[in-house]
Amino acid sequence: MKRSHLAAAGAFALAASTLTACSSGGSSSNETCTNEILQPDATQVSVWAWYPAFDQVVDLFNQTHDDVQICWTNAGQGNDEYTKFSTAIESGSGAPDVIMLESEVLSSFSIRNALVDLTEYGADDVKGDYTDGAWKDVSSGDAVYAIPVDGGPMGMLYRKDILDQYGIAVPTTWDEFAAAAQTLKDAGAAGVLADFPTNGRAYIQALLAQVGNTPFDYDNANPTQIGIHVNDDASKDVLAYWQNLAADGLVAVDDAFTADYNTKLVDGSYAIYLAAAWGPGYLSGLSDADTDAVWQAAPLPQWDPDNPVQVNWGGSTFAVTSQAKDPAAAAEVAKEVFGTEDAWKIGIEQGALFPLWKPILESDYFTNLEYPFFGGQQINKDVFLDAAAGYEGFTFSPFQNYAYDQMTEQVYAMTQGQKDASQALDDLQSSLVQYATEQGFTVTE
Amino acid sequence: MSTLTEPEQAPAPPEPTPTKQPKQYRSIEHRRQWWGWLFVAPFTLVFILFLIVPLVVAFWMSLHTNTLASGNAFTGLDNYVKAFTDPLFLDGLKRVAAFVVVMIPAQMLVAISAALVLDNLTTWLSRFSRLMIFIPYAIPVVIGAIMWGFLYSPRFGPATDIFGLFGATPPDFLAQGTVFYSLVNIVTWQWSGYFMIIIYAALRGIDSSIYEAARVDGANGWQVALRIKLPMISSSMVMVVIFSLIGTLQFFTEPQVLRGVAQGAIPVSYTPNMYAYTLAFSYSQFNYAAAISFALGIVVFIGSYLFLFLTRKQSGLK
Repeated sequence: MKRSHLAAAGAFALAASTLTACSSGGSSSNETCTNEILQPDATQVSVWAWYPAFDQVVDLFNQTHDDVQICWTNAGQGNDEYTKFSTAIESGSGAPDVIMLESEVLSSFSIRNALVDLTEYGADDVKGDYTDGAWKDVSSGDAVYAIPVDGGPMGMLYRKDILDQYGIAVPTTWDEFAAAAQTLKDAGAAGVLADFPTNGRAYIQALLAQVGNTPFDYDNANPTQIGIHVNDDASKDVLAYWQNLAADGLVAVDDAFTADYNTKLVDGSYAIYLAAAWGPGYLSGLSDADTDAVWQAAPLPQWDPDNPVQVNWGGSTFAVTSQAKDPAAAAEVAKEVFGTEDAWKIGIEQGALFPLWKPILESDYFTNLEYPFFGGQQINKDVFLDAAAGYEGFTFSPFQNYAYDQMTEQVYAMTQGQKDASQALDDLQSSLVQYATEQGFTVTE
Repeated sequence: MSTLTEPEQAPAPPEPTPTKQPKQYRSIEHRRQWWGWLFVAPFTLVFILFLIVPLVVAFWMSLHTNTLASGNAFTGLDNYVKAFTDPLFLDGLKRVAAFVVVMIPAQMLVAISAALVLDNLTTWLSRFSRLMIFIPYAIPVVIGAIMWGFLYSPRFGPATDIFGLFGATPPDFLAQGTVFYSLVNIVTWQWSGYFMIIIYAALRGIDSSIYEAARVDGANGWQVALRIKLPMISSSMVMVVIFSLIGTLQFFTEPQVLRGVAQGAIPVSYTPNMYAYTLAFSYSQFNYAAAISFALGIVVFIGSYLFLFLTRKQSGLK
């Protein structure tokens, strides 16, 4: 989720604000709320979150709860917030009671004992409200470290006008995708079919997961043990596929979430945007779009169309921090803030979130929702509900930031022609194994 | 702005002639010294609280190792041994050393030329140009780096249009091989004006009768500049180089900001400072980050000391 909103603000702004993060970190989270507290006598729970339109969700919660009130602060998006949280953990104070975290960083914080295991606070009561894949993302062994909020099941957003212009059928397999890229180039189109950003992080991970790549085996019940296998043959094939496309100039290799990338997304430089369910909201928030652009959504291309594999890019959760003054009240907030249809309608319509909460996910309202951005296409019914239902969950490492940074370096070296896909993943494997060993893990390869 | 740097060139106050002081006078002096301490007390307090204490805490942290899986332990100087054998740290050091070699001469060249030219101009143009050259320094570093990020962008920057006039494609300013020079350019743009002001102020401090004497002796403009002006301001130039040296070894903001648009070309360990920042805030390795910071501090100290020692004659320290 971070990416969508973060990128809207511009990657530059992110860089700028990380630099000032130190000076603003450590401020107490409880004294100032962005929102108004309606019941001054009720227990206050401080929340850090950056969802769009979250102010309305907070107001709704406070209006409907007499015993607990949310005191909300936007502590920055993604890494900005994590940096502050990380500093608060290290210093032992300053963290909020409830914090919005992407599912990929849950293990990184739970291993530092920064999160409360919610099974003691009734997490299992709401387990049935979420899909198995979503629940697996927030669990480690028997422990549950967060309540899922939104997800990023992946699909393919494409410029129907561009594909029609060059007589290209919507690709359903990766072979067709490569052929379409070739057709587009041969026709002398100004843009390319798609972008393969070397800093794609979770995006690249999702593409590898589609062929069954499970980079990490990690279970919080056994926290010093980790399995690392990023260099399986199927993943090497996928990366080699993209390497070839990039080497032939059939796809771009622009860094994602930069100002350049944002412009190219909407001006027709990329005919296809392989996106998560939050992608449409992201796209429609960008300026300088082609006025005659016709966007449509289709399922993600498959390697084996008979056995489609659904993957996820991003997704965020609410976790209760170990510094919470009243963990029970905090857990109530985590469970209930996005636990009503009214809250979700705000999240979906104002914030372009993709719900993981089944009562709304499976409702007729959401299934039949028409998106004006896609010319009224019911993209949930057509694409994303299937993608969400087919997602089986994923395990991230407790040092995910390091793993992603290493992946960026290796994939960049690959697109620069310094090594091939196989070598890149082998190098990634050895650097991760070395790091994990240095960090005191027992590593199984 | 030149008033800021005035104390640097102000001639040393004349030494008070030692005279026998009456006892009463001495006690006033004594009391004055106590007042002096009172005046510096607020600063001392802040200095101890926000510099000395954090330094001690950070050093204490750097003697421990806290790994993700096995917890905290006292490991003495292990982190320092690790730092000085860590290829990422050493590569970063090599990179900032390369920046020192390329960037400092570039900055000095621009600053000295501009200062010499401005020193010779006496029209309104001189004051205006001085301000214009100084302006980049007045722009916050982060904003400057963001701005250059846009200027380097193939889509938003002017390079595509300019090269397009000649039917050429511009170089990729943010590619692995060129990003080094793109960074040199940003820093030179940002700091040359500031250094120019220091050198200019020093030039203004030279007694103009010396120039007259030189002219009487038949020296031309070049000779005055190279044989009189530059030697007479050598101590200011040494100071400027020291500023530049320390700043360059701690290079952080510009590459960190440009990393937002060129993650592959600028790895997290691009400079030692960036490496320490990433270790602490991205990988939660606060202890090793503290060790890296101190290791960098040691290198900066040795580097500045060596430079000051080698230029002790020019700077007037000897």
